[in-house]
Amino acid sequence: MAHFLDRVETALRDEHLRDAMLAATRDLASRRVNALANLENADMIRDLARQAKMTMLRDLAGNLETFERNLKRNGIHVHWARDGKEANRIVIEIAKAAKCKRAVKSKSMATEETHLNHALIDAGLDVLETDLGEYIVQLADTTPSHIILPIIHMTRGDIGQIVHEKISVPYTDDPEKLTKIARAKLREAFLSADLGISGCNFGVIDTGTICLVSNEGNARLCTTLPRVHVAVMGIEKLVPSLAEFDWMIKILARSATGQKITTYTSVISGPRRAGDHDGPEEMHVVLLDNGRVNILGGEIAEILGCIRCGACLNACPVYRNIGGHAYGDTYPGPIGAIVTPGLRGMKDWKELPDASSLCGACRDVCPVRLDIPRMLLKLRQTGVEEGRAPASIKWMMKGFGIVVSRPWLYRLSARWGGRVARLLASRGWIHKLPGLGGGWTRSRDMRAPAAKSFQQLWKERKRA
Amino acid sequence: MKEKPRKVQLFHTCIVNEVYPEVGISVATILERLGVEVEVPTSQTCCGQPAFNAGFHDDARKVARHTVDLLLKSGDPVLIPSGSCCDMISHQYHMLFENDAEYLKKSHELSERCYEFSQFLVDVLGITDLGARINAKVAYHPSCHLLRGLGVRTQPKTLLEGVGHLECATVKDQEECCGFGGMFSVKNSGISGGMLENKLKNIQASGANTIVSCDMGCLMHLEGGLKRRGSDINVKHISQILAEGLS
Repeated sequence: MAHFLDRVETALRDEHLRDAMLAATRDLASRRVNALANLENADMIRDLARQAKMTMLRDLAGNLETFERNLKRNGIHVHWARDGKEANRIVIEIAKAAKCKRAVKSKSMATEETHLNHALIDAGLDVLETDLGEYIVQLADTTPSHIILPIIHMTRGDIGQIVHEKISVPYTDDPEKLTKIARAKLREAFLSADLGISGCNFGVIDTGTICLVSNEGNARLCTTLPRVHVAVMGIEKLVPSLAEFDWMIKILARSATGQKITTYTSVISGPRRAGDHDGPEEMHVVLLDNGRVNILGGEIAEILGCIRCGACLNACPVYRNIGGHAYGDTYPGPIGAIVTPGLRGMKDWKELPDASSLCGACRDVCPVRLDIPRMLLKLRQTGVEEGRAPASIKWMMKGFGIVVSRPWLYRLSARWGGRVARLLASRGWIHKLPGLGGGWTRSRDMRAPAAKSFQQLWKERKRA
Repeated sequence: MKEKPRKVQLFHTCIVNEVYPEVGISVATILERLGVEVEVPTSQTCCGQPAFNAGFHDDARKVARHTVDLLLKSGDPVLIPSGSCCDMISHQYHMLFENDAEYLKKSHELSERCYEFSQFLVDVLGITDLGARINAKVAYHPSCHLLRGLGVRTQPKTLLEGVGHLECATVKDQEECCGFGGMFSVKNSGISGGMLENKLKNIQASGANTIVSCDMGCLMHLEGGLKRRGSDINVKHISQILAEGLS
């Protein structure tokens, strides 16, 4: 895979992408503001939701055990997966044991993390994504670029082209026509599927319940029509009871899309019972670790409180400029810059926490008030402590520490540094800097340091 | 209400000292005019933010200890003409010293006495109108650490609204970052350049002839972008526009 900065350059060259991203994220951000303004006690609910998540995480192991017990009491089979491979193997085994051949899937970032679709197809199963955005992602054989709006980077023309090419229908960019085409395909799949796969937005500990939110009704069809339902959930997605779930849904849709509530909210507490009109015969929950336990004990444990609303992506000027794919893994944007190195380690992902101006827009919009800039700073510190910083930067910073903590040395360096910089300047401006500074002069000029420092001017002023 | 301070220590910041010394002069001019004596501790250097943001906490701590010790020598409030450096000293030092009880305590003591320039004028001195007058159409740029770090949203606007003949332009996405971010603008120059581009487009569309902010870091970045594009829009620290309006 290309290096992060190369992916960024590719994204930045794509004017089409930048325009699409800017328009869509601006729109979402303003919807969010309006939606929260209309929620009474929004700030208090955000505080309570945060507190509930943080308290739950403090005893995640104990809470998971209780959750497992309550799921089982409801007749739900529970499986534990240490990593993505194990999760995929479990789902395939469930499918084989129940003789399932055709799977329909509702939107799930956990299964994006494990690349479940490819594993299922390799195991000989048919699998169809039924969220409209994810359906297009699957047709285009790409990956989502946003955790809520998988194809936020595409225009309707792009979508029309994909649909035209992949399922051989005449080209159209009319959203209504495209939706009708997809709907016909998906209906057929829903009715013939024997396995429904979903993620899980919230797991309610005390009732042993899986909660799903969606806007298209596809999650409900996936979890009620097929014979077998498997929900794959990250182990951090718990809430203590339905009361906390209520707080969460009050802020989730508002933060994500500016809706008061999603069109469909499914609260599932087990397979079909005697007398039920619908529902699967068999229901499974796969609890996925995949690196989360490593995060739990460390400096960025707070990130496990994330409810995956995507508000931080929409608010992030970096994400707005480069889109989701440049981040290189399942989770893009500010959340991705923390979760990805957290789940996968800093070795291959240390550039992500660096790619932020620490503007704090993400922290402001986070419904559960995650201090994202603090976590980015912590990860940068971890990177340095693990010796991952380039030698040039390391020596530069060492020099900075030595010089700047000694006023006389600082003054001397500033004076000589200023002289050298002024030599590079013409009429007070530097147009091209060497080395690292070249990054600056790539898209802006640099004002040369002043001939007299403030302290010199101050002394002269005092004397006068 | 507490008695208003008669004297402040000016932590001028390294960028003002080396690149924009005239900003320090205008800050002092305004304060003196308001009857506040300005003392400049000569041993000050930089707040340490470049190393801190890059993850080099040991190196940043050396600088931070020096700054804490220096500024605690006097009991006077510390005035900082930068939202970002003020946020660094009043909030981020706590993270730097989380394992150093002595300096953690000192940094808390210091943070209670640190004020950004506009914050000091409006919140501490209770000034909203200095009687300044200037013909300018101004795009105010709320710097991120001022706005979201210190929570200073209204104070600079209040001061600008108090300036006669001054028009505040409406800027699209006004609260979005300009892309500076210190080392970010160098290490991630492509993304930073994209952010700068968006910001300058919005400011140019607003019809403003001057960008005003409370942070010379952001203004240095914006000014460099304007210069590269051959634009004649000026950049000014808020103290400069106030001082010019008084002269």
